Amino acid sequence: MPREHRNPYNAHFFPEPVLSAENLACSRGDRLVFRCVEFSLESGQMLLVTGINGSGKTSLLRIVCGLLEPAEGEIRWGGKRAKGLGEDYFAKLAYVGHVNGLKDDLSATENIRIWAGVSGTPVAPEEARDALRRLGLEGREDLPVRWLSQGQKRRAALARVLIAKRPLWVLDEPFTALDRESTATVEALLQEHLEGGGMALLSTHQELSGITAPLRRLGLDH
Amino acid sequence: MGSVLGWIIRRDLVLALRQRTDVMTTLVFFVIVVSLFPLGVGPELEKLRPLAAGVLWVAALLASMLSLGRLFAADYADGTLEQILIAPQPLSLVVLGKIIAHWLVSGMPLALIAPILGIQYDLTGEPLFVLLISLLIGTPVLSAIGAVGAALTVGLRGGGVLIALLVLPLYVPVIIFGAGAVEASASGIGPEGHLSLLAAFLLLSLVVGPLASAAALRISVE
Repeated sequence: MPREHRNPYNAHFFPEPVLSAENLACSRGDRLVFRCVEFSLESGQMLLVTGINGSGKTSLLRIVCGLLEPAEGEIRWGGKRAKGLGEDYFAKLAYVGHVNGLKDDLSATENIRIWAGVSGTPVAPEEARDALRRLGLEGREDLPVRWLSQGQKRRAALARVLIAKRPLWVLDEPFTALDRESTATVEALLQEHLEGGGMALLSTHQELSGITAPLRRLGLDH
Repeated sequence: MGSVLGWIIRRDLVLALRQRTDVMTTLVFFVIVVSLFPLGVGPELEKLRPLAAGVLWVAALLASMLSLGRLFAADYADGTLEQILIAPQPLSLVVLGKIIAHWLVSGMPLALIAPILGIQYDLTGEPLFVLLISLLIGTPVLSAIGAVGAALTVGLRGGGVLIALLVLPLYVPVIIFGAGAVEASASGIGPEGHLSLLAAFLLLSLVVGPLASAAALRISVE
């Protein structure tokens, strides 16, 4: 069974893990995807979810985001049930799923501004453009998203995470369709986020070379 | 909180403006259906006059239902609905914004164009005015009730037919009192009673619709 052991030294400094999952099970229809999944995440840590296709990586991330109800177990934030925290918990996490969550008819800047506005934390157009430039979308900020390439769309979706300034990043295969250069940029941003005390939970098939922060793995293969 | 409502309305209005054909479809459908009846029934005004309120209301109801499929389906497909579900804001507030925007682009234009179409049926004076008022009060109810059906069927194949089955029975009181108001006015009884009941439906549906849709969305998007 996949099981994550807590580092005893870390536990000494952080008696209460910030994010924890207890005894999670997930079933889709009649099929049990995984069970007995446990992990905890503390400030500055990153957890890499690995596993073959269909092992439930996306489902696990969706459970953490509260988009999917686990068959068993629960997610806790600071020791409290995430479900009970409701919107207070949503305010702590930024999620990029395997679909980008961008409107094709809006520009990347509009997408980010509207997303921020609907989240209750509006941003100025310049702020949104800055985030897009950091991800290498210089000159593409005001084009309709439908004109962007797959990789560029992915980067626009990741820019949303950057602007959100939330402690927990949940990224589902963030490096899909990204070229080597943008992969390095995203890794650098992740590193910066972790150094600033943030947390990240991501699923990927790729080896991460640019990250020196403590990296832990959760394998979903049985 | 109010600004979140503003952002979501603005988002859907901008999107509607950029996909004008979708909006026009609803309106053109309404105009065509209403104009077909005089062709089928015959041009005698004595025959058409009693049909006026019923035909206009049934056409408005069908046209409004035609556009319901788009309410959440497009957002579901591109992943923006997921982002809305985990926005740290009350989901029912966001849904209320979407209902208002839906009414502004589908219900309100129908109501405003209806008096012109009513002239074809020899409606004049007060009944024509009452038709406009009854549609202005009644079409938001159609959007609010329809949102529940749209939320329940989001992500389902063949959801369009299912929406009709779910929502049409709930539209019955609206059409009875909406068309009734016009007839009451034409026969000299006075439309106040019908319109008051219609307004009561509006208030009720604006409270229940967003709450029920929000709950339905959480289930549908799993």
